[in-house]
Amino acid sequence: MTLNFDPVWAGLPELLKGAAVTIEVTAAALLLSAVLGLAVGIARLNPRRRVIYGLASGYVAFIRGTPLLVQLFLLFFGLPQFGILLPALLCGVLGLGIYSGSYVSEVVRGAIQSIEGGQMEAARSLGMSYRQAMREVILPQAFRRMLPPLGNETIALIKNSALVSLLTIDDVMREGQRIISTSFRALEVYLVVALIYFVLTNAASHLLRIAERRLSVGRG
Amino acid sequence: MIEIRNLHKSFGGVEVLKDVSLTVAPSSTTVVIGPSGSGKSTLLRCCNCLEIADRGEILIGGRSIIKDGRPLPDREMNAVRAETGMVFQSFNLFPHMTTVENVMRAPMVVRGTPKAEAHDLALDLLRKVGLEEKADVYPSTLSGGQKQRAAIARALAMRPTVMLFDEPTSALDPELVGEVLQVMKALADEGMTMMVVTHEMGFAREVADTVVVMAEGRLVESGPPERVFSAPAQERTRAFLRALVDGHLAGARPLPTPPDALAALPDDH
Repeated sequence: MTLNFDPVWAGLPELLKGAAVTIEVTAAALLLSAVLGLAVGIARLNPRRRVIYGLASGYVAFIRGTPLLVQLFLLFFGLPQFGILLPALLCGVLGLGIYSGSYVSEVVRGAIQSIEGGQMEAARSLGMSYRQAMREVILPQAFRRMLPPLGNETIALIKNSALVSLLTIDDVMREGQRIISTSFRALEVYLVVALIYFVLTNAASHLLRIAERRLSVGRG
Repeated sequence: MIEIRNLHKSFGGVEVLKDVSLTVAPSSTTVVIGPSGSGKSTLLRCCNCLEIADRGEILIGGRSIIKDGRPLPDREMNAVRAETGMVFQSFNLFPHMTTVENVMRAPMVVRGTPKAEAHDLALDLLRKVGLEEKADVYPSTLSGGQKQRAAIARALAMRPTVMLFDEPTSALDPELVGEVLQVMKALADEGMTMMVVTHEMGFAREVADTVVVMAEGRLVESGPPERVFSAPAQERTRAFLRALVDGHLAGARPLPTPPDALAALPDDH
């Protein structure tokens, strides 16, 4: 058997364009996931606020308990039955963001709960409201503890984004499949596609490591 | 200044405060002593509503902050807390801020004090507690005594009318206790109203206007330090003071000389 990468090189501009789409989708989903994760993570801190806690917990349970692919299809193929026809790209970003947000919320909650209770007490004893104490004292400390697990989430998100190719989004995966459909060089194309994902995930984890180091300088 | 009326507090069915009443006069220092588990820390934390008392009432500066389990609404409580300084056993400095940021942050956030003004105020207070040169370092580089002095400066930055101290020297190495007590004594001398939970009997004797003895959730005795220490009226107080003295003596007693192990060996070794 011989390897022939010629069709891959011929299709490289499309693959790179697809990689850019993958980055865009992932970045937008990451943003959504961070906002959602923060809100849901905080909502799940206090079980006594029943309604908020219940809604947030239901969201986490449902999203973590069902396949991402099913969630994406629900958005893309399911919602149109109610006359809600979202653009494919939006479905992809929403689906990935909502999915990742449920995991991020657990990261957020864990990090906040790992901050010693005395920090909140000290902030409140100075007259800060709960919200001010969270913003000034708890979250800045919790954020540093969130970074390593958030790195994992980011990597998972990049890889999971390959599923949006099934929603007709022209990401790197779909561009690869397009090349295969004309060249039948599956092994070569998927190897290069894998390499592109590998570069992306490594770049992301490298960036996060730099951020981690920056944040820990001079602080104990 | 602080008035506690018939306070009750339970944690999961265990009653830790049983009908405690206590008044701290303006510009006076009340020291609360007693064995661990006597409820003295809980009593202090109730005065800041960090714990919510189940029954009874607490007034600070004539204002009721909690009555029969119902504290002031959050917004008003924040204002009361701002004027009630609290110092914790474990310092609870904010590790992600420098010393001066620790002190200036709350005035900026809570009162909207401009940054420059808050910074000046913080430096003044750090000077007062002898930490001016540590303004720009992070708390992790401070000694325990320095941390606690920074924590006192942080509480003072809100210009409190009352200061609550929850075993402020219990987490310190013995040689660092003095520097913290000195700062507290200076505060008392300036006329700050203080309520101090501590095991430092020397401080109680020297600085307190009133010593309060607690045991098993009850206030068993209170009075000027000379009387409480020299002529305690209650058996509980005598037992507690005796235990303290015994503890000190046990620590000071020289170790018995160990028997010479070599002498026990047979000659031919």
